[in-house]
Amino acid sequence: MARIIKSFLIELSLVAIVFFIPCKASLCQDYGDALVSASIADARTLNPILASDTASSEACGLIFNGLVKYDKDINLTPDLAQSWEIKDDGLVIIFHLKKNVRWHDGYPFSGADVAFTYQKLIDPKVKTPYSGDFERVRSLEVIDDYTVKVVYKEPFVPALSSWGMSILPKHILEGQDLNTSAFSRNPVGTGPFKFKRWRSQEKIELVANPDYFEHRPNLDRYIFRVISDESTIFLELEAQGVDSAGLSPLQYLRQTDTRFFKQYYRKFKLSSFVYTYLAYNLSDRKFADKRVRQALNYAVDKEELIKMVFLGLGEAITGPFYPESWAYNHNVKPMPFDPDKASQLLKEAGWNDVDKDGVLEKEGEKFVFTLITNQGNEERLNAAQIMQRRLKDVGVVMKIKVVEWSVFLSEYINKRKFEAVLLGWSLPREPDNYDIWHSSKTREGEFNFIGYRNEEVDKLLTEGRRVFDQARRKACYNRIHEILYDEQPYMFLYAPDSLFVIHSRLREVSPAPIGIGYNMIDWWVPKKEQRYSRIAE
Amino acid sequence: MITYLAKRLIAIIPLLLGITLISFFVIRLAPGKPVMLQQSLNPKISLEEIKRLEKLEGLDKPLFTQYKNWLWNMLRFNFGRSIGDGRLVIDKIMERLPVTLTINILSLFFLFLFAIPIGVKAAVKANTAFDHITTLVTFLFFAAPTFWLALLGMQLFCIQLKWLPISGITSLDFEYLSWWGKLVDLSRHLILPVIVSSIGGIAGLSRYMRSSMLEALSQPYIYTARSKGLSEKQVVYKHALRNALLPLVTIVGLSIPGLLGGSIIFESIFSIPGIGRLFYEAAMMRDINLIMAEVVLVALLTMMGNLIADISYAYVDPRIRYKK
Repeated sequence: MARIIKSFLIELSLVAIVFFIPCKASLCQDYGDALVSASIADARTLNPILASDTASSEACGLIFNGLVKYDKDINLTPDLAQSWEIKDDGLVIIFHLKKNVRWHDGYPFSGADVAFTYQKLIDPKVKTPYSGDFERVRSLEVIDDYTVKVVYKEPFVPALSSWGMSILPKHILEGQDLNTSAFSRNPVGTGPFKFKRWRSQEKIELVANPDYFEHRPNLDRYIFRVISDESTIFLELEAQGVDSAGLSPLQYLRQTDTRFFKQYYRKFKLSSFVYTYLAYNLSDRKFADKRVRQALNYAVDKEELIKMVFLGLGEAITGPFYPESWAYNHNVKPMPFDPDKASQLLKEAGWNDVDKDGVLEKEGEKFVFTLITNQGNEERLNAAQIMQRRLKDVGVVMKIKVVEWSVFLSEYINKRKFEAVLLGWSLPREPDNYDIWHSSKTREGEFNFIGYRNEEVDKLLTEGRRVFDQARRKACYNRIHEILYDEQPYMFLYAPDSLFVIHSRLREVSPAPIGIGYNMIDWWVPKKEQRYSRIAE
Repeated sequence: MITYLAKRLIAIIPLLLGITLISFFVIRLAPGKPVMLQQSLNPKISLEEIKRLEKLEGLDKPLFTQYKNWLWNMLRFNFGRSIGDGRLVIDKIMERLPVTLTINILSLFFLFLFAIPIGVKAAVKANTAFDHITTLVTFLFFAAPTFWLALLGMQLFCIQLKWLPISGITSLDFEYLSWWGKLVDLSRHLILPVIVSSIGGIAGLSRYMRSSMLEALSQPYIYTARSKGLSEKQVVYKHALRNALLPLVTIVGLSIPGLLGGSIIFESIFSIPGIGRLFYEAAMMRDINLIMAEVVLVALLTMMGNLIADISYAYVDPRIRYKK
């Protein structure tokens, strides 16, 4: 008997070793509590294939899954797919789907849902802005419930990442008009959080999905609060009414440098996926000469812009790629701030101050141009004013014009009625930049609105989206980076840091190159620090 | 009276048509296109897609056809769908209306509750210390920007004293409260917005009341009343006040369209899901159907407000009669 007990105890201790050791790492995390995040704008729709604004995409990201997703190091990993095969030089992608996935209503997920989503994406009657990537598909075939074969018309590298598109439930949406369906305000997905309620301009409430295929999120609820004023968001932080919110550089450096904030919030500073640039209309005679564009680049001090506009919280950039990604070419040396060099280059290009009025002339024309930028972006306006002064030092007069966003787009950018423009691009995880730089993308409303044309860049852009080997792609994009910096069709300015706070009771929040949201389902709050009561389902 | 009413009501129809016609063309001919369709410079979204979306919204048709379609739908009370989220415009408005109406009615109520007595008192005690002090205080509040008062109020009552919630109109756990809890929660959220939104108005209206009252008090019939030996109370409240209130009828009438209007700044600061922000955003996004619905709504209410003011004038002021 004693032996039995003894062996039982040994077994028990073995069990204990097996079960309690991992417990320290993950299993002891408490469930419960809610994360309340603040957003300036409300979502427009929770149908992911119709959503194109930040707030909608953010909420959809927690409710839905794509076949693939980016991991914390910005590499594509399986999401709803278990794995994938790329065949025939990239013409065919075969997705093997996960088998244990259920929709929030309990219905099993299968390849039919993938096919349905694809059909809706290419349906001309559906008001989705995302059909472009999917029109390259020649055929999509559901081989069995858990295998989907996609055949492309030509090899297209961004195709794989395009399958990060959220998958819609066929069993709910079949036969409905997606544009007007009630689904947009009452979505059913496969994601870590289930939709609970949406009060327009107030909040969107999500609750943990207990059957999520990775594991149940530790947090019970995720609440997006819409607070439409930045100073009110800050006051809410001071009252702990929201758990996470973005900050301005001033708030980050000065206003949150208090005992209260140090006690209750963790501050984060990450590279952001946006950059700001000054673009020249290349069909304008003044900017046709590369030396002129280089001169202007020498004349503007980017570090000064970052210091004055963002209080130092930003990074000067030299090309159109995310600085933390493999596509960014760190060998491109930034041209230093050097007004003398600028003057010299301008002189070489034929610009001289003949009448000694402080403004350069060439063939009787003074170097005066207008920079336009959009209304409502204080940072851009400040940056413009600083640049204005630096350019004046080298004899170039830059006027500034601020235009309301809708007019800015339709009357100036799309019609290419501008001399220079101050704007920003967001940097998608996929470095393919074809639409912005390829010389075929210059029609009204397309994104190469500066009229940039370089045969080598065109070739590299085409190659970059056809070749699946990352080392070869890296070579393409690094070369593009180099050419663009030398030719200066844009004056690449800066990528401001993304600044935000998260309540310090949340554990497991750890920044990575992709940002912080990638492991949201692992975030947790110890029982005694929880602020929101558990709510019975 | 009935013929007069009928005439006025019929006159509304061509007026409304004219207003919608002009508004429609002004909005559509102004530079800028619906922002949702331009997708805010997203390189993922191609030119062909934008063209296709425009077509789906019917924006490629000639302007006059667009107006005709809109008008025909409007006559059947169909205001169409919002560009961008595809929801019925009427749903979007009805969702916001109760909040805006509640706040506006409450502030109007407090406005009259405080402004009239203050104005009367200041007029009766004209040029005394009370008058000077109320003048000073009301002008201070009149001059103070709403957003500044709101932020100060939040800092004091919500952060320092922790008496009231800062923003929104409900707490995060609102849905899980009893009906009584919900009522308390709503009221707590409404206190600061209602005070802030009425305080500037109190200042203005009480000045109005004061001057109207002063004018009434200088009328010959007040001398008559006084010389008859009536008590000061009777003179002030029965003779002067009743006459001084007449101009207020106009103000009430004119504030009827205002009941549905919200202030964008005020709603943003308090994060109130009201009508003001809905229409501001609609204008910024060039969401034509939503803007037009507002135009119709406000135009109708303004005309109704005027009509009500005119009619009630006839009712309260014996000097005015609408002849048959």
